[in-house]
Amino acid sequence: MLYIKCPYCGLRAQKEFSYGGDATVKRPNINEEVPSEDWDNFVYMRKSPRGKHIELWQHIAGCRQWIKVQRDTATHEIFQTAKVTEEIR
Amino acid sequence: MQKYSVFSLIKNAFSNHQNWEVAWKDPTPKSEYDVVIIGGGGHGLATAYYLAKEHNIRNVAIIEKGWIGGGNVGRNTTIIRSNFMYDANARFNEFGMDLWRNLSQELNFNVMFSPRGIINLAHSDAQMNAYARRGNSMRLNGIDAKLLDRDGVKKLIPMADFSDEVRFPIFGGLMQPSAGTARHDAVAWGYARQADDMGVDIIQHCEVTGFDVVNGKIKGIRTSRGDIKAKKVGLCVAGSTNILAEKLNMTLPIETHVLQACVSEPVKPLLDGVVTFGAGHFYISQSDKGEMVMGGDLDGYNSYAQRGNLPTIQHVLTGGLALFPFLSRLKMLRTWGGIMDMSMDGSPIIDKTHIEGLYLNCGWCYGGFKSTPVSGWTFAHTIAQDQVHELNSELRLNRFSTGHLLDEKGLGTKTWIG
Repeated sequence: MLYIKCPYCGLRAQKEFSYGGDATVKRPNINEEVPSEDWDNFVYMRKSPRGKHIELWQHIAGCRQWIKVQRDTATHEIFQTAKVTEEIR
Repeated sequence: MQKYSVFSLIKNAFSNHQNWEVAWKDPTPKSEYDVVIIGGGGHGLATAYYLAKEHNIRNVAIIEKGWIGGGNVGRNTTIIRSNFMYDANARFNEFGMDLWRNLSQELNFNVMFSPRGIINLAHSDAQMNAYARRGNSMRLNGIDAKLLDRDGVKKLIPMADFSDEVRFPIFGGLMQPSAGTARHDAVAWGYARQADDMGVDIIQHCEVTGFDVVNGKIKGIRTSRGDIKAKKVGLCVAGSTNILAEKLNMTLPIETHVLQACVSEPVKPLLDGVVTFGAGHFYISQSDKGEMVMGGDLDGYNSYAQRGNLPTIQHVLTGGLALFPFLSRLKMLRTWGGIMDMSMDGSPIIDKTHIEGLYLNCGWCYGGFKSTPVSGWTFAHTIAQDQVHELNSELRLNRFSTGHLLDEKGLGTKTWIG
């Protein structure tokens, strides 16, 4: 069981959260001309690294906020969590 | 090569089985090969075998970081089926079923292919309609499909919960009688033994550390046991695809996730075929040893850990108990995890790449084992002829940009809920 520190609620069990995937993918700007390659990259292409991964989780059985989590995909160690508007370095 | 038969068994019994030939050798890597296959799992071994057998390319090496058959081919739940709705997936896997049917004879190795049938259960009228549609599509592609009503299912699996109190009553199911199971390890070993006999070098405990690409053309690979030159390189590394892609500066429509499976203690013969629960993600079969073999959901977040997390096993088995209450009386023998190369539409990729001489075989999601022979067969063709075969002509990398997705389940790109 992972334990994730929600920036709003504190340390909670993984079962309260729902996963949202890679948090580093950026949606193309909707008001500009977007090459189809950029859409491909946004929708389908993923680095999926072995090691540190910044990802989205939603505290679905808690405050229902989306948060960012930096986790190691091999050891599951969680290094940092942040609000979705904050940056993780 | 010594042929395996009842006579060779009797003959070797007289010498206490001390004089059997080794099944495959342990060669030192040569400095150059025509084709290098990275990944000594089922798909890699099958590819090397069909390269040698179908295309007479024998100067081939398989490079494996661990030991052959130690990854997903040794970790799956051995289910073999071709119950797909889309033409591309159906034709591809039905060709594979034909290879399975003759595999033990072809490899002179008993892979214990047992066409005992698979039943996908339906728990609503809507699901019955969807299965009727899928079954019709299968039959149009020459695959046997049988729509069962509630009584039909009850005849086949009377031990399921057919009482009135259940949350998800069984309405019926779709059966593919020719689907089944096989002994996973034997598939890897059988392919390895035959490939080795035809001159393929199986190099174990050799990790790929980099690639030698010059002017958009592959020249060779760098490994923990030295550099190896190669005219062509094929990637067959399942869950490690993203790691090698990074070394090639490629980004792929693949995410890596862990999938767990588990077996119970062995019990007397009880369940004949494979059964999948339609109201949750749970599937079950009984091994020849009597263990109930079960699996279900991914752990639900990117993972390279070849082990899983307890909440997922609990969730999967909750679905199992809803279907088969008798499971509550069984002890769990062991659980394990394997890392899956989850593609963005749930279907595999067997294709050339933008690098000349580099070929890609990945995106097997939950179901790589069933496609082992056909994956090897088509990948060998793609490598040998430098072009895709008709069977994998729709399993290409560019389908994501052209929009020709093979999204069998219609789930979109959330690979972790697939």
